[in-house]
Amino acid sequence: MFQKKECVAMLLAGGQGSRLYALTQKTAKPSVAFGGKYRIIDFPLSNCINSGIDTVGVLTQYQPLRLNEYIGNGLPWDLDRTFGGVMILPPYQGQGGADWYKGTANAIWQNMEFINRYSPEYVIILSGDHIYKMDYAKMLAYHKQKEATCTIAVFEVPLEEASRFGIMSAHEDGTIYKFSEKPKNPDSTKASMGIYIFNREALECYLEADSRDESSSNDFGKNIIPTMLASGERMVAYPFEGYWKDVGTIDSLWEANMDLLGESPTLSLLDEGWRIFSRQVIAGPQYIGKDAVVENSSLTAGCEILGTVRNSVLGADITVEEGAVIEDSVIMSHTHIGKGARVLYSILDESVTVGAGATVGKARGEGAKITVLGADVVIPEGKTVPAGAMISDFDKEGGQTK
Amino acid sequence: MTAAGLIFSNIHDRSIPEMTQRRTMASIPFGCRYRMIDFPLSNMVHSDITTVGVITHYNYQSLLDHIGTGKDWDLARRSGGIKILPPYVTAYENSAAGKLYENRLEALMGSVNFINRVSADYLVLSDCDVLLNIDLRAVIDDHIASGAYMTLVTKHLSPADYQFDQRVNVVGIGADNRITEVAKFKPQDDAVDICTNIIVIKRTDLQTLIGDAMAHGYKDFYHDIIGKNLEKRNIRAYRYEGWYAYVSSLESYFAISMQLLDSEVRKNLFSADGRNIYTKTRNSAPTHYSQNANVVNSLVADGCVIEGTVENSILFRGVHVGRGTVVKNCILLQDTYVGANADLHCVITDKNVVIKDERRLSGHATMPFFIGKGQSV
Repeated sequence: MFQKKECVAMLLAGGQGSRLYALTQKTAKPSVAFGGKYRIIDFPLSNCINSGIDTVGVLTQYQPLRLNEYIGNGLPWDLDRTFGGVMILPPYQGQGGADWYKGTANAIWQNMEFINRYSPEYVIILSGDHIYKMDYAKMLAYHKQKEATCTIAVFEVPLEEASRFGIMSAHEDGTIYKFSEKPKNPDSTKASMGIYIFNREALECYLEADSRDESSSNDFGKNIIPTMLASGERMVAYPFEGYWKDVGTIDSLWEANMDLLGESPTLSLLDEGWRIFSRQVIAGPQYIGKDAVVENSSLTAGCEILGTVRNSVLGADITVEEGAVIEDSVIMSHTHIGKGARVLYSILDESVTVGAGATVGKARGEGAKITVLGADVVIPEGKTVPAGAMISDFDKEGGQTK
Repeated sequence: MTAAGLIFSNIHDRSIPEMTQRRTMASIPFGCRYRMIDFPLSNMVHSDITTVGVITHYNYQSLLDHIGTGKDWDLARRSGGIKILPPYVTAYENSAAGKLYENRLEALMGSVNFINRVSADYLVLSDCDVLLNIDLRAVIDDHIASGAYMTLVTKHLSPADYQFDQRVNVVGIGADNRITEVAKFKPQDDAVDICTNIIVIKRTDLQTLIGDAMAHGYKDFYHDIIGKNLEKRNIRAYRYEGWYAYVSSLESYFAISMQLLDSEVRKNLFSADGRNIYTKTRNSAPTHYSQNANVVNSLVADGCVIEGTVENSILFRGVHVGRGTVVKNCILLQDTYVGANADLHCVITDKNVVIKDERRLSGHATMPFFIGKGQSV
């Protein structure tokens, strides 16, 4: 039986996400919860299926358990297929020995066999740390129309922030003539989104050469892209307009969650035309109690709200007892907030318990910092967690800050 | 010991004609996100019953759509799983076997192929008008230990509990929980033991019963099979003590739905002893409560947008409540859209109903105002 796919997606999901501290102690960044009932990886996976790409390799390395369990057979994203579908690709032992993924490029190189099974013309490289809705089919059409070897999606950023990104300098027609990783004096505001489409043959050729280069750090941004550019390959920038947010830091993760709120949210998940799929938690309906107040918030199945919830995003199966107040916070699933407790300007990971009368964080305001509680943390009754603290379950005994 | 399940999806359709015009009793939406069949199905799955036949009669399109492959109940199995049993009609319209079944016994006769072919030792029969979260393993174990020929799950109801009931069968229970009589319910009765229509029987015994019934032209399962065998056979009651309700009319549907606002009822029905009720997942977004939302004592599913006031109400998935609108004591089914400044009191809207701005609609708890599927007010 011979079947092929025009385009195969490779999703880099091995990153530790060390800037998310307590949230990534036990899991890789792509499986961090977002928006109540999603995980970050739901966005690239849903984008794939909505763009007609039904073959996705997910490259895992750091703490893959939660991610493997979450993706399972891919059914929630309609990626449970006889030919294709989603497949987890961990590092493996081969004839020549066993290797961890040394860099993003090396991870793809070690899985060329997976890509070649489908004989695709194109390979799209995605990362698992951005929240965005994007039609990759349009990008692929652009890639074909421009007859490029490599197309890089770019996003306009303010000039003052440009030095945080990989910056592409491109001509009017989109052709890239210069790439600079985190430049001190940026001459363009086109930031790379870490989304690349390659012609498969060229990709294999450059990855092969890169694998033989001992001095290379085997990274797309640092090695492959500059090498291709230097070799005179036709590389174009694909301008993306729409919502896109790197949620690699505590502040940006909090902001992206808050973008779901308000009268006309910056990021809407109610769009039937571009649905974001996720694996559902099995829980009953939400119950809002007799004395409860819920304002400008987003709630999910299984929530039992008897207290007050304002300007917050709550996941599934969260109990907020009488008199408790949640404000300006992101609370992931399976969490219990005791009577009279206060959670202010905080991010709480999954399965946290906040005891009755405890206070977590400080009201949002001038100079305020986000407080973070990692998964399974228990805050004893009446205890106060100071603003800006980062507590993971490894130091829950003393509840010290990190 | 293995058991298979058999669910009757249509038997009580006539109890609630408003909602069964285009669907079966089994597919009536209930409790924000469920359908009636989710309860017997989940009860079976949690009791290790993973081969389940669903007997259908008519209007079962919505049921097929709901069940799909059975995956959401963990019943998409290589061996066993869920089997839809469509009505069996022969080419001979006028022969006895050539018409659609009309009662429980004929429905069973139409399902003999399934009953003959499953490998299970026992069968558990259930209807779709019942709301309860029961451990069926305990019932089967009790059935085996007592050496009974047939076990019926019964529930003791006081007059306050059976105000809506007309059609149920009442049983008399004697020593050692043996059933001594079966009768139609009469309103003047005091506290009664009613039959939930959940029945456990050895598969081979049911095969024999169906064969006899066919040969003798029996019509009524309770009268002809149970009633006539009470002296000869040990037919036992399993007294179920947990929370239980059954839907027998639109008024009872309304009253039972409102009971869900009590957290004890929710715990007993949706997650008794950690047994969650499964349902088809829809992948809705979270529910959005706006700055002006004022929601009190209500159950809300995912995917709603609430900009107005909601009190003592049940909102299904994808319901929209506009700004300035007041919804009190209402049940709004999936994708109901209520515009701005409307006022609803004791209203039940079926799926995809549109209520335009500034509409004022009111029913009463004893006679809720019902708006049919897809209608616009």
